[in-house]
Amino acid sequence: MFDTSLTLADLGFLAQGAAMTLAVTAVSVIAGTILGIVFGVIRNQAGPYWSIPLTFLLDVFRSVPLLIQLVLGNAAQSIFKLGWPPFTTSCVVLSLYTAAYCTEIVRGGISSVPATTRRAARSLGLTWWQDMRYIVAPLATRVSLPAWIGLTLGVMKDSALVLWLGLIELLRASQILVTRLQEPLFILIICGAIYFIISFPVARLGGYLEKRWSPND
Amino acid sequence: MIEIENVRKSFGQLEVLKGINLTVKKGEVLTIIGGSGSGKSTLLTCINGLETIDAGRIVVDGTDVHAKGTDLNKLRRKLGIVFQQFNAFPHLTVLENVMLAPVKVLGQSKAEAEAMAVKQLSHVGLADKLKVYPSRMSGGQQQRMAIARALAMSPAYMLFDEVTSALDPQLVGEVLDTLRMLASEGMTMICVTHEMKFAREVSDRVAFFHKGVMAEIAPPEELFDAPKDPELQTFLAATH
Repeated sequence: MFDTSLTLADLGFLAQGAAMTLAVTAVSVIAGTILGIVFGVIRNQAGPYWSIPLTFLLDVFRSVPLLIQLVLGNAAQSIFKLGWPPFTTSCVVLSLYTAAYCTEIVRGGISSVPATTRRAARSLGLTWWQDMRYIVAPLATRVSLPAWIGLTLGVMKDSALVLWLGLIELLRASQILVTRLQEPLFILIICGAIYFIISFPVARLGGYLEKRWSPND
Repeated sequence: MIEIENVRKSFGQLEVLKGINLTVKKGEVLTIIGGSGSGKSTLLTCINGLETIDAGRIVVDGTDVHAKGTDLNKLRRKLGIVFQQFNAFPHLTVLENVMLAPVKVLGQSKAEAEAMAVKQLSHVGLADKLKVYPSRMSGGQQQRMAIARALAMSPAYMLFDEVTSALDPQLVGEVLDTLRMLASEGMTMICVTHEMKFAREVSDRVAFFHKGVMAEIAPPEELFDAPKDPELQTFLAATH
């Protein structure tokens, strides 16, 4: 019959790992989204020519594997003697990685607002900023939401890679238990279930918001 | 008063306005007719500063629209404009569509703006649609909402850019009726239109644009019944 030496304390250890995953994800998604909005608006305003340097930089963050970015980021912080703890380095790298993707999502959302609608807003005397805030932002958010939810879920799973900098997040916590208890299947099933439990509300939030906004379209 | 002096405008190689001179007085209804590409719509967007001009000037009540330092956002409060596309703000209800600019631009209180919005929406026959989202309305209703939205800013002038061109034929009438009503109330209007019967009925003067030039301008009876310009004669023969 089924028998395990996994104790309640081990489960607590996994929960701590999950908390670390959540912390890294939350910081990175929030910072990455704010940066992504700023970069997305800049890319939209500056036009293709002036945004070349920014686009190039963001392309680098999108095309180099995250693991390499983390290792290089950590090397850079020690070369420049920044003295960042692994948590800070992880969050900075993951935020930039998130921002690179979020910029494209934001840019696409803004372009989806018809020029004629924005023209109508401006001809009512709304300033550029008022047009952005009251017309473009709500419409672009609706369009961008599914992609942004996808990005958030992706970052949550990709955040497992920060274990390379020595952070004990959910996956690393599971590995430690597997090494000690030699029950890989069982522990990885629990680990996967925890990932699901923390992802599910985010996915549902997306569904809820889409539903709430849809009668207006 | 809107004074247009020798205005020129090009898009790349194409000169769409080749020196337009025109004055519209307070209370006047001017309609502009002409083929597509004649520059008539471009002129409207130049009047409220959505487009820049290359030469000449446009003066609205003493303010040079394209001069450096002109506060366009402020100027646009005076100039209501309604476009061919309805341009409803789809995430706002009809009432919110109309209230947005008075609250954010004029700084009116919600109650004040709502009273004004209800008044203007009733005026265009949409009093029963206040809480509805634009997507639930016909094109004609959306266009009347756009008119109410412009009127809620209490503009001194209304510019209409082919406002019935994107409508199904059976919906054109209700929008034209709204324009007729505004004209009869003494609103100063410039209407770019393809509706010749309407132009003849409401206009004090009708201008015919052809290839960026104002080829003829006259009171409607004169322009429609005794056109002098050969291009206008061809144009009128083709539209009958």
